[in-house]
Amino acid sequence: MSPGTQYTPYHPKWYRSRMSVWWWLQNRSYVYFVLRELTSVFVGLCALLLLWHLRALVQGPEAHAYFLAQMRRPFFVALNGVGLLFILFHTITWFNLTPKAMVVRVGGKRVPDWTIAGLNYVAWVLLSVAVAVVLLRG
Amino acid sequence: MRPITPFLWTLFGAGGTIAALLFPIHLFLSGLAFPLGALEAPSYDVLYGLVRHPVTRLYLLVVITLPLFHWAHRFRYTLYDVLQLKHLYRLIAVLCYSAALLGSAVAAYTVWRIP
Amino acid sequence: MPPSVTLAVTRYRPEQESEPTLQTYEVPFRKDWVVLDALNYIKDNLDGSLSFRWSCRMGVCGSCGMMVNGSPKLTCAAFLSDYLPGPVRVEPLQHFPVIRDLVGDITDFMQKLKRVKPWIIREQEKPLVEGEYLQTPDQLEMYKQFSMCINCMLCYSACPVYGLEQSFIGPAAIALAQRYNLDSRDEAARERLEILSEHDGMWQCTFVGECSKVCPKNVDPAGAIQQLKLVGAVDWFRFLLPWGTR
Repeated sequence: MSPGTQYTPYHPKWYRSRMSVWWWLQNRSYVYFVLRELTSVFVGLCALLLLWHLRALVQGPEAHAYFLAQMRRPFFVALNGVGLLFILFHTITWFNLTPKAMVVRVGGKRVPDWTIAGLNYVAWVLLSVAVAVVLLRG
Repeated sequence: MRPITPFLWTLFGAGGTIAALLFPIHLFLSGLAFPLGALEAPSYDVLYGLVRHPVTRLYLLVVITLPLFHWAHRFRYTLYDVLQLKHLYRLIAVLCYSAALLGSAVAAYTVWRIP
Repeated sequence: MPPSVTLAVTRYRPEQESEPTLQTYEVPFRKDWVVLDALNYIKDNLDGSLSFRWSCRMGVCGSCGMMVNGSPKLTCAAFLSDYLPGPVRVEPLQHFPVIRDLVGDITDFMQKLKRVKPWIIREQEKPLVEGEYLQTPDQLEMYKQFSMCINCMLCYSACPVYGLEQSFIGPAAIALAQRYNLDSRDEAARERLEILSEHDGMWQCTFVGECSKVCPKNVDPAGAIQQLKLVGAVDWFRFLLPWGTR
């Protein structure tokens, strides 16, 4: 192959297919991936919920009572229930994927993935207990 | 100007970690257990007392703003890849991060102005 | 055990058709046969016009990658018995333009591979009299997994980001960049990081993870990419350090 030769990237006779809009329904891994990405919607909604609660709290007891009453409505109970499922899905997938990005080496050997993930789960439990204690005992 | 993507990815990562660690318990308590009466909700005075503390204010600011940026970054790529809207690349990026910035601004203002 | 199995194989002859079609062949079933054996049976006995790539037939050359029942596989490693009762659909590797039948064009990958400079780069080469570059087993272990890539491109077929946007640099190229970045003999990690941080570089990856699933050599390109993202992110903040921009 002489040094001046260039491959032709475009060739009219080569067949090129377009990816379907439904590509993600092709196999289970892809569906799982899209569900995982959709957890971000519920993460955003939960952040907004916290913001709403905070604003209601700051605006006074009546505003706060109104917020609590809203949370008792079936629509919000359902939304929060579904949201909790998606957020738990986020938590589990996030912790299981963290070791892929965070490679820690101790004494020249790589710390196994389950240790990194496990430490995250432990932190999750401890922090959840701390938040619950603060909110339940005031 | 260096590409800003690594910075946005860091926000995505930080927000995702915070959401993973803290959102399950917050959503469970404030979204389900307290409204449905399964657990005794803290009184208005107790909550208000907590919120006035500077540490709580900082905590709330962090747990609201960073997950909003996590949503913005992840949702942006979901729109590109799942709905194949890559031709609206710039518009989607601007809309997502603006929305996150707006939410963060409201949160910052609220936290700053707690009497 | 059935006496034969049906293969539905993509045929695309650009001189006579504008779209690929599926042609069926009846191939004898042998329990130790792989899809590649079936394709070679077709070519030797049924239809000599069928075109496909293959070489080592033992999973080290990376030539025989094709879609088998919709999944990217090395046809030399896909046993017919796993696809019973059939039919077994054999198509060219997804996301690559099809030249003819089962043969795809892979120049895109070749160009991307060159872009990441997959060779040892040193500021100063050691003179020959000083001997070879020494490396401990621990230093080898740091990058060994990523060096197992056989350039079979199954990962590009599995990656929906590449499928949607052909300019994406892709899993194997990034994994190979990381292989050299982690090599103790190499000194060009920063250079490669900058190449990978370009617009269609590693930041387009959304960690679908399918690339690592289909990799026949357990290279785990998805892991390599996330590691590089973390390095890239930390590096982005280096201007905050008082000891400067190095």
